[in-house]
Amino acid sequence: MRSPSTAAAEAAFRDERAAVLATLIRQLGDFQLAEDALQDAFAAAIVAWERDGVPRRPGAWITTTARRRAIDRLRRDRVLADRIERLGVLAQLHSSGDAGDPGAEDALPSALGDDRLRLIFTCCHPALAMPARIALTLRSLGGLTTGEIARAFLVEETAMAQRIVRAKRKIATARIPYRIPLDEELPDRLAGVLSVVYLIFSEGWSASAGDRLVRGELCAEAIRLGRLLARLMPDDPEVAGLLALMLLHDSRRDARVNEHGDLVALDDQDRARWDRGRIREGTVLLEAALRRRRPGRYQVQAAIAALHAGAPSPAETDHAQIADLYGALARLSPSPVIDVNRAAALGRAGRADEGLVLLTPLLGDEALERYVPLHAAHADLLERTGDRAAAARAYATAAGCADNAVARAELRRRAERLGAAG
Amino acid sequence: MPQYMLLIYSPGRTPEQAEAEGPQWFAYTQELIASGAMKAGDALEGTETATTVRVRDGETVITDGPFAETKEALAGYYLVDVADLDAALAWAAKIPNVGYGSIEVRPVMVLPNMPDA
Repeated sequence: MRSPSTAAAEAAFRDERAAVLATLIRQLGDFQLAEDALQDAFAAAIVAWERDGVPRRPGAWITTTARRRAIDRLRRDRVLADRIERLGVLAQLHSSGDAGDPGAEDALPSALGDDRLRLIFTCCHPALAMPARIALTLRSLGGLTTGEIARAFLVEETAMAQRIVRAKRKIATARIPYRIPLDEELPDRLAGVLSVVYLIFSEGWSASAGDRLVRGELCAEAIRLGRLLARLMPDDPEVAGLLALMLLHDSRRDARVNEHGDLVALDDQDRARWDRGRIREGTVLLEAALRRRRPGRYQVQAAIAALHAGAPSPAETDHAQIADLYGALARLSPSPVIDVNRAAALGRAGRADEGLVLLTPLLGDEALERYVPLHAAHADLLERTGDRAAAARAYATAAGCADNAVARAELRRRAERLGAAG
Repeated sequence: MPQYMLLIYSPGRTPEQAEAEGPQWFAYTQELIASGAMKAGDALEGTETATTVRVRDGETVITDGPFAETKEALAGYYLVDVADLDAALAWAAKIPNVGYGSIEVRPVMVLPNMPDA
């Protein structure tokens, strides 16, 4: 059994790790050294806290100890060309009792928050490949181990560890800066950070493969990162929009899978099982963001999710407004996927003819030849206009493209129902 | 400060295209010099003038042409001395051929005990 002090050390490291790491990286100027020193400090905490009791401010204790261990490591490391210079800087920090103890967070919210923002921007730097950004962000700012990240992305643990090591090496060698981007770079770079967070969420949300439990943790981590960003950048409406979007999606977590583990379509979900707390939180966030009148793709997507979440039934959903929002989204970031959604919403809003006009050009697009939602939406629109024979053919096409057995059976059933009647 | 090599890759250009671009390259180089970041820079003659040398089993093998036939070939370089990768990337994004070619940004390795030229 673990002793209470060991449990306290584990809890402290889980809660304080990202903040301490972010500060250490700035002070040490070296990602790997900061992680190694943090690891040393953890080992030291197990011994010291058992002996002396848990310190009053665990975060401060960890930071100070890790910095001392980093100095030891630098002293031992005779290869580092600039170690003397670094040792000088560190010794100074140490004697001045530097502002950088997470325990002092209340006193210095901006300085410490800035360290975590620096860490996020560095982990999500565009000079790193997307898989590396995701892995590094989860490892450095999230609470997942390398093994857990590997399982979530269906990658061997050694390969994932390699990916993280390589990314850290590139940060050091290519000198990817450890700072919040300058004003003129900020919009682009922030968009990059948000897309990393949303990709983490989407990966957890998609049921394509993998251990469902671990994937649920990915969603939780993405929401945690979203909350952190929203706290650190309270003035950016897209940051709030992304958090709102993730919360609104996540509100349906329990309702979207049935007892056999199969996905349940939005219309068929038991709305009583939607998480009202998440819906309320997401909606409040979204409304505050929209009041800033700087719309963006996450706010618009969150607005669509909020209309679904707020509707008592599929029939009582404001599909006309959803179609308009998809139109706004297509203007912000044009994509055939958005057009398909917009066409489907138009159909449900009683404007199937308009939907067909929008959809028809997409049917000739080779890239979309096997895109199930396109053919399913096409079939639905045709059925709504009364063309049952054409609708039956479109459902059959959609069924032919579907990889998922449950979806395929449902599409076949619809094709046969219309075919038999026609 | 760290140094970066900005390796300029470019598809083949006609002499007219190259000449029309001349003033842009001149202006860019001047800007780089004025900022204090420029360490060196040159344009290279085309790959049709390239010769590749290998020594295999003690034998020198000389072949006509570049190391690898690709659509974009190394056409020149700048060596810059700047604060960090972001600064190097910002300079790379302004190189006149970046709209149709590509710039590979590589940190210069720091080796102790290398003799100076």
